[in-house]
Amino acid sequence: MVKFCVLCTKNRAVLKRPKTAQQVCKDCFFEVFETEVHNTIVDHALFKPGDRVAIAASGGKDSTVLAHVMKTLNDRYKYCLELFLLSVDEGIAGYRDDSLETVKRNEVQYGIPLKVVSYEELYGWSMDKIVKEIGTKNNCTFCGVFRRQALDRGAVLLKVDHIVTGHNADDIAETVLMNLLRGDIARLQRCTLIRTATDDLMPRSKPFKYTYEKEIVMYAYFKKLDYFSTECVYSPNAYRGYARAFLKDLESIRPSAIMDIIHSGEAYELKQEVQESLPKMGACERCGYMSSNKVCKACVMLEGLNQGLPQRGVGGSASSREEKAKREARRKPKLTEEDASSQKPFTFTNLQAQQ
Amino acid sequence: MELLFGGVKEFDVTLESDPQPRLRDLIAHIKANLLKGKPELFVQGDTVLPGILVLINDSDWELEGGIEYELQDMDNILFISTLHGG
Repeated sequence: MVKFCVLCTKNRAVLKRPKTAQQVCKDCFFEVFETEVHNTIVDHALFKPGDRVAIAASGGKDSTVLAHVMKTLNDRYKYCLELFLLSVDEGIAGYRDDSLETVKRNEVQYGIPLKVVSYEELYGWSMDKIVKEIGTKNNCTFCGVFRRQALDRGAVLLKVDHIVTGHNADDIAETVLMNLLRGDIARLQRCTLIRTATDDLMPRSKPFKYTYEKEIVMYAYFKKLDYFSTECVYSPNAYRGYARAFLKDLESIRPSAIMDIIHSGEAYELKQEVQESLPKMGACERCGYMSSNKVCKACVMLEGLNQGLPQRGVGGSASSREEKAKREARRKPKLTEEDASSQKPFTFTNLQAQQ
Repeated sequence: MELLFGGVKEFDVTLESDPQPRLRDLIAHIKANLLKGKPELFVQGDTVLPGILVLINDSDWELEGGIEYELQDMDNILFISTLHGG
């Protein structure tokens, strides 16, 4: 028995939308998918005409679809944005080098210029080298911290006004769950924002915040978009895996769970005394990047790696890390002349002065 | 996902059963005969792992009855994993 699309009632339905449970045909699906992203962009006033926007692109499903949709919407609705692809090479053999080939193809397919920044260039450490040093636990912590900075640095070099990332509704719901499970109150408060706060160096937003992962994959499939689909070789031990498995089970019983979790996350408001006890955002003493501590996480980690003490800055729960940080602050060792001269010369304060 | 199947992306499968085989039977057949990797990365109980999408002749299996769908001759069943970075 053929099911017809509930929107146009003419064509055969090919997809049941998890967001709305509607049965839609291919063309109607493309239309609602693209229009919803457009509405998200407009409702939250993410861009203004003339903005230079870097699309964080990994070659994976989300960022490839994001690049395609951004280009489509920019042309269709005349956002007048100048688009760029920005890619980070973490130095993971057999994973990142392959997915970068995909981004290079995307550059040609979508006609959007590409810039690649690498951990090796920026920090002197590739992820493969880091994992050799620290083993397979906590790698994602290093990678996440380094990648965030790497994207910002790349964006500054491109002289863009804004970064967009392909984080989708599933990702954000997972993050809410993760932060809840780990007691990470500061992140819990921020993680559902569609656009990062204004005191950030480089604003970044998530046009796919309300877009289901299943729909992104189906869009890419039906549009025959070229993307790379393998799991990072180091991810099996990531904590996020547990939140993801849980979320997927929840979704299979009640698909709206994903949107509902985001909605719950958006509604969180911290108690005043908790809010006041959170560290304030400042700038790192060493490189000038934003940090809620005197020295930013990336500098702490790099220092640890360079000194052969790679566990510095990782591990433990939020509360135990807080305690540990207080203890370390009381007996902080002085940075020697030798350490200072071995630091990479690239700093944010330098870069901002150059602009 | 082809890594779970020894690098093979496509299989021609013939199932015979009386009554008509259903998708759940295909999944059981795949688990028993074609899967080279860990089963828990493909199946969960009777069905596929949540996060693996199933298309029957380019159409969402949720429109066709999920694991109860009755397989027809020359049906094209596609499994797409969403469980990787974006």
